[in-house]
Parts: sequence; structure tokens; C-alpha cells
Amino acid sequence: MILLGELSLWIALLLAAWACLVSFTGGALGRSDLIASGERAVYATWGFVVVASLGLWTALLQHDFTLRYVASYTSANLPRLYTLSAFWAGQAGSMLFWSLILTTYSAIAVWSNRHRNRVLMPYVSGTLAAVTLFFLATICFGDSPFERLPYDVIDGNGMNPQLQNPGMAFHPPNLYLGYVATTVPFAFAIAALITRRLDAEWLAAVRRWALVSWFFLTVGITLGMWWAYVELGWGGYWAWDPVENASLLPWLTGTAFLHSIMIQEKRGMLRKWNVVLVVSTFLLAILGTFITRSGIISSVHSFAQSPVGIWFGALLVTAVAVTAYLVVTRLHNLEAKAELESMLSREAAFLYNNVLLVGIAFSVMWGTLFPILSEAVRGTKITVGPPFFNAVNVPLGLLLLALTGIGPLIAWRRASVSNLRRQFAVPVFSAVSVGALLLVLGMREWHALIAYTLAGFVSGTILQEFYKGVGARMRMHGENPIVALVRLIGRNRRRYGGYIVHAGVVMLFCAFAGLAFKREFDVTLATGQAFTAADPYGHQWRFVSDGISRFDALNRQVTAVTLKPWRDGRAMPLIESEKRQHVDSRGQPTFEPSTAVGIFERASQDVYVVFTGQTGPDTAELRITFNPLVWWVWYGGMVMAIGGLIVMWPASDRTRAQSGYAAVMRPATRPIPARVSDSW
Amino acid sequence: MIPRTKFLIGGVLILGAASYLMASAIRSTGVYYLTPQELAGRVAADPSFVGTGVKVGARVVPGSIAREPGGREVSFQVSDGARTFPVIYRGVIPDTFTDSADVIVDGRMGPDGTFRATTLLAKCASRYESAPDKYRTTPGYQRPAAVAARHV
Repeated sequence: MILLGELSLWIALLLAAWACLVSFTGGALGRSDLIASGERAVYATWGFVVVASLGLWTALLQHDFTLRYVASYTSANLPRLYTLSAFWAGQAGSMLFWSLILTTYSAIAVWSNRHRNRVLMPYVSGTLAAVTLFFLATICFGDSPFERLPYDVIDGNGMNPQLQNPGMAFHPPNLYLGYVATTVPFAFAIAALITRRLDAEWLAAVRRWALVSWFFLTVGITLGMWWAYVELGWGGYWAWDPVENASLLPWLTGTAFLHSIMIQEKRGMLRKWNVVLVVSTFLLAILGTFITRSGIISSVHSFAQSPVGIWFGALLVTAVAVTAYLVVTRLHNLEAKAELESMLSREAAFLYNNVLLVGIAFSVMWGTLFPILSEAVRGTKITVGPPFFNAVNVPLGLLLLALTGIGPLIAWRRASVSNLRRQFAVPVFSAVSVGALLLVLGMREWHALIAYTLAGFVSGTILQEFYKGVGARMRMHGENPIVALVRLIGRNRRRYGGYIVHAGVVMLFCAFAGLAFKREFDVTLATGQAFTAADPYGHQWRFVSDGISRFDALNRQVTAVTLKPWRDGRAMPLIESEKRQHVDSRGQPTFEPSTAVGIFERASQDVYVVFTGQTGPDTAELRITFNPLVWWVWYGGMVMAIGGLIVMWPASDRTRAQSGYAAVMRPATRPIPARVSDSW
Repeated sequence: MIPRTKFLIGGVLILGAASYLMASAIRSTGVYYLTPQELAGRVAADPSFVGTGVKVGARVVPGSIAREPGGREVSFQVSDGARTFPVIYRGVIPDTFTDSADVIVDGRMGPDGTFRATTLLAKCASRYESAPDKYRTTPGYQRPAAVAARHV
């Protein structure tokens, strides 16, 4: 099976080369036999990559330590879940995993368009095959997971303890699913540019793919934050590390695209901009991988330097050159079909949303690449850290939050003053009451105060939209509120799913603002000793050390400290933090010790306890942190993901209605039903 | 004024403000990232450089780590092969901080030649990639039964 897997990899490489070659020539010459052969080759590539992946999984599960990859990342005593997730724990395996996702997506894209977009498809398959070819080539010629060790070993290294966490088992696959999904819209953009068919057709084809990518990136980034929070023990979830920024960049441009696509659908504007956004989302995903793999920027969690970095640099340069050429030579095909009519229009709000999202993306990229830029220009490396990113992104983020509330309230094309007065009354009232209430309660951190006021504004907008929609359905169809709500969302998934995403964004911003109230204490406690502190809400906490215990667990020796907490004199559940020394299958220590954080989690705040060191047989050094509202990050991310799922869930033909620009460009099969709620 | 112009003015204002924020944030929070040798060179060229906040990337000299008993202070030496200097750090010590670890210390060089660090990041050299040399089959390090059975 392992040999078969390695062989399949080479066959897949040849097939991808073939698919790339015949798809492009078939498209250029209009030869349908070549085009069909190219599409069959796309399916076949997928089949062989699946076999190769099964080969690697087999090797991992059989603990075949003759393979360098298996020996480097697993050991005989590694739990099953992590033995499976070792597939993407290392450099070579993650490349194969990437290829597996890419070929699966390619096969789905080709299959679902077998009767549609036929003019575009040869170039879509060709571009997808070209990217697949690149990944398979890096594996076959650069760094293969099937490489054998020149000597015999009796056990593998095992997996780094920090990666032995459920968050780390699921975070990378989601991130990869998101990264790789940017390739399909990119392929459609290239196809549309080559064929000069830059109307609504290609956009309709890529919208769902852009959503898939956005959905997985959202889930992946949230899981990554959760992993950093529970595993790394520094008390936060986002450190503006280059690797984290790399995952944020395509998310930002992808989010911008999902908004600007609506303007092109409705009004035929922003055609150049949309092409640029789709292409840059893909390029930023590749840039992110390049940063992570090449080691050109020092990051705490980067992969070791590897030859693959150069490959990614080459791919990046090639892709930029090709798309720049295509866009420039096709500029006249991308003229807008309409003009902005008024600043008081939804178009304008969306345009500003795009300016902000891209501005944030640019500043994040600038800060991340600044060490390289400053070294190239001035000869010295200058690094910027969280203060830089916060200084720039807090104001921009707050403006963006405000637009989240304003956008849905303004009409398309041109809003009247009476329309504005009617729409803004409730949200503004909600904002003012939230702000005033917090001011009265004594909140003086003005960034947080602005954030919560804006959160009140956006919540007012969202609730008003749902209230109006449900009310209209109840009056027109005589439904009860719950049925009306479910049908309202079901019949207008894009609109109300979008509002649910916005609700998740509000939760996230509330959580971010909570960081202003974090309190941290370093204490040393012997058994029986107590420590007293006040949390940000004014409650008195008392922590009593219950002593240090030692025991052996599955693949590690554990030293644990237990705290008995009281809040305002009431006993709370015990909090335990561990130091873990992992051992190999012979009981010998392996890796540096790692820390397991003790977290007492509530919606209002987390009590976060880290066992930082032991100074005597029963004396523990601890860092105790009151982390307000962290819970809302995870659940905000979840709400965003659910909203995203609702938006991208396929609608049946019965409920799908063309509207706006897209409906004008493509004849609708039947008259558009005039429903109040169909304005999206 | 046509709406397009108005929008462009607004966009330019936003981007201008963002660029201004970026430039000022880099000026006020940007930190030199140096090797020990570069730091020594700068201090030699301009003695007032002592006291400037910098980041230094170097390797911990094996055997130089001394933890203050019962406290959170640790002193050690870092080197890039060309220059070596002592570092004092107070705070939470990362798990990966050991002899020969690659570290990034954030802080300032004192006039006494000792670097006072406010943050300490340690990157384990073998963190994600390494061949399992230590499990080469050597006498005395027997193959575990479960694994051996599958290889016979």
C-alpha cells in the first residue's frame, strides 16, 4: 500500500501535466476531444492522489518507521487521533494533504460544471491542473512523505506535545480547506480573463466557492485561536505573529469580495475590482504558505526552513506575472456598466467596507513584511509587534463595525432622507442606550466604550431587520413568529444568513474590547497558602493551593497543581494546571516539558491558571489571569460559521430568484415573483 | 460634485489616515531586530544606542543558564558565534527555553554590558522537523515488542 501510494503520486503528477496541457490547447483550438480528455485527467489525478494519501495514512497507522516522515512525527505510543492527524503535522505530509484537497475540489468543480460554463471550463481545468502540478512537483522533487530513512530505527520521534491537542488536529485541515478553495475562484477568474467573458457568468460560478473558502478560513482561524489560547499558555489568542497574519490576509480580501460581488450582481459595477480581489485572495493564500514554509520571516510557530519555500516563491512570482498581464490586456473588457449615483446608497457603504477591509489587509501585510522591507531598503531589520497592529487596526476595525450596522439600513442606488430617518431611529437609540449605560456603570476605557456602543448600534440594525421581516411574513401569510422566522431565513438565505454572520462579528468585537479589562497576577503558593484578588467585575476571588501531585498518564508524566477557588466566599470548581513531560515507548523523556493550562470558563470571564514553575516540593509558581469575555470569541466564530453555512446552503429552484443586474443579464426562466423579502 | 468624486475623496481620506497611522506606529513602536554582533557594532559606533529598545535573535550558550532559586529571574548568555553577552530576564520562562535554544529577547542593553530582557521567546530547534537519530538501533536500546512484531 505504501509503495502503491508512492507510485500513485508519480502517476498523478503525469496526469496533472497532461490535464494542464490538453485543457489549454483544447480550449485554444476548440477541440472538444482534448477538452474531454483534460477533464477525465482531472478526475484521474484526484483518484491517484487519494490512493497516495491512503498510502501515507496506512504507513502512519502501521507505525512504519522506515519512512522518514512517519519516524519524524509519530511514535509507537502516540494516541490514534494524533497518529491520523500526523498526516498534516509535518511539511511533506501537509503538501500531500493540500494536493488531496485541491484535486478533490478540482474534481467537484469540473463535475458540477459539466453542463454549465462550457466556454470557461477548459481554462478552469487547465489552471486547476497547473496548480495541482505545482504541488505534486514540490512533493515528488522537493520533499516527499514517502522518503525512506537510510538507517533503521526502533521508534519514531513522536509528535510535538503542543500539537497533541484536539484544536491542532482540526485547525490545519480547516485552514487548508479554506486556503485551497481560493484556487477555484482564481481558476475561474483566469478563464474569464482569457476568454474575455467577464460578465456575471463567472461570478455566479465562483460565489459559492468563495463562500466555501470563507467558511473554512473562519472555522480554521477560530480553532487556531482556541488552540493558541488553551495550549500555549500566554493568556491570549492572537499575537499578530506572521503565521497568524498569513491566515488572516486571504480571509480579509475574501470577505471584501463577498460584499463587492453583490454590487456587481446588482449594478454591474466594480468589475475590475472583483477580478483583482479574487486573484489577490489566492495570491495571499500562497504568500501565507510561502511565509510559513520558507523561514524568511522569523515566527515562533513556523515550519523549519525547507527547500519548498523557494518553490512557493517561484509560484507566487509566476502567478503575479500571469494575472497582471491578463488583467492589463483586458482592461477595456472590464469597464463598469453603471456609475455610483449617490453617497447615500448601499453601494457607497459597500465600497467603503471594501476600502477598509483591503486597508486592514494591506496594513497587516505591511507590518508582517516590514522586517524584510526595512532590511532591503535601509539595511537593518526593524520589526513591529502587536502595538503597531493595534494602533492601525483598532480604528479601522471600529469604522468597519460601524459600516456593518450602516450598510443594511441604506437603500440601493439612492436613499431618501425620510428613508434614513425611519431606518436609523432604532439602531441609534440602541447604540446611545448601551453607551450611556456603560458610562453610568463606570466604564472609562474609551476604545472599549466606542466598541460596545457600535456593537449596540449593529445589534439594533440586525434585530430591526429580523423584526421587520418576521412582521411582514406574519401579516402576509398569517404565520406564527417562529414559523415566520424560519421561513424568512430559509427563503432569503443570503440576506439573513449574512445578518447572522454580522451578529457573530458583533460578538467578536465585544470579546476583543474585553481585552482592555484583563487582569494578570504572578503568585507563588505553597500547599495551603491563599491568594486574594479582585476580578474586573469587582468580585473578590480567593485561591487556595491544594498541593502538587505527580502521576503517569498515557504517554506522559504529569506534575499537576490544584487550586481551590472561592468567589465572594462561595466555593467554585477546582482549577488544575499541569506540567507534562512526554515519554517515548521505552519510558524515556522526549521533547521539552509542556504546560496544560487550567481554565475556569464562563460567558462573563475565564479564570486562566498557568503552572509556570516549581520552586520547592510543594511550592508552585502560578500566573493567574482574569480574562473577560473570551468565551465570546469561540461562540462568535461559531455564529459566523453558522451564518456562512446558511448563506451557502444550496437553494432549490423553487426558492431561487434572480434579481437585479444578474436577472437583467440572463433571462429568467419564469417571471420574478414580487415578494417583499426578495430585495436581496 | 458627482458622487464618484465624493467617494474617491472619502476613500483617499480613509487610506491617508491609515497610512498616517501606519507610519506613526512604525516610528513609535518599530524595534530593531539585531544579531549580537550587529548590536555590539551599533553600540561601538554610537554609545547612546545603549538604552534603545531592541530585539536580539541569538542562541543560548550551553551551561550558562542560572535560575534564581524561588524566583522568576533567570540569567544566561547568548551568542551568535561572533559575540557573546549576558542576559537577565524576569518573567514567565517558556517551556522550550533550554541550552542551545534559539531565542529572541526583547529589551535594552545596559551600560554594564548586560542585556535586560522584558520578553523571552524560545524556539526549539527540533520543534517540527528532525530525523529520529536517537532511536537508531543500537545495542541496549531494544525495539519495543509491539513494533518489532510488525517488522520481522
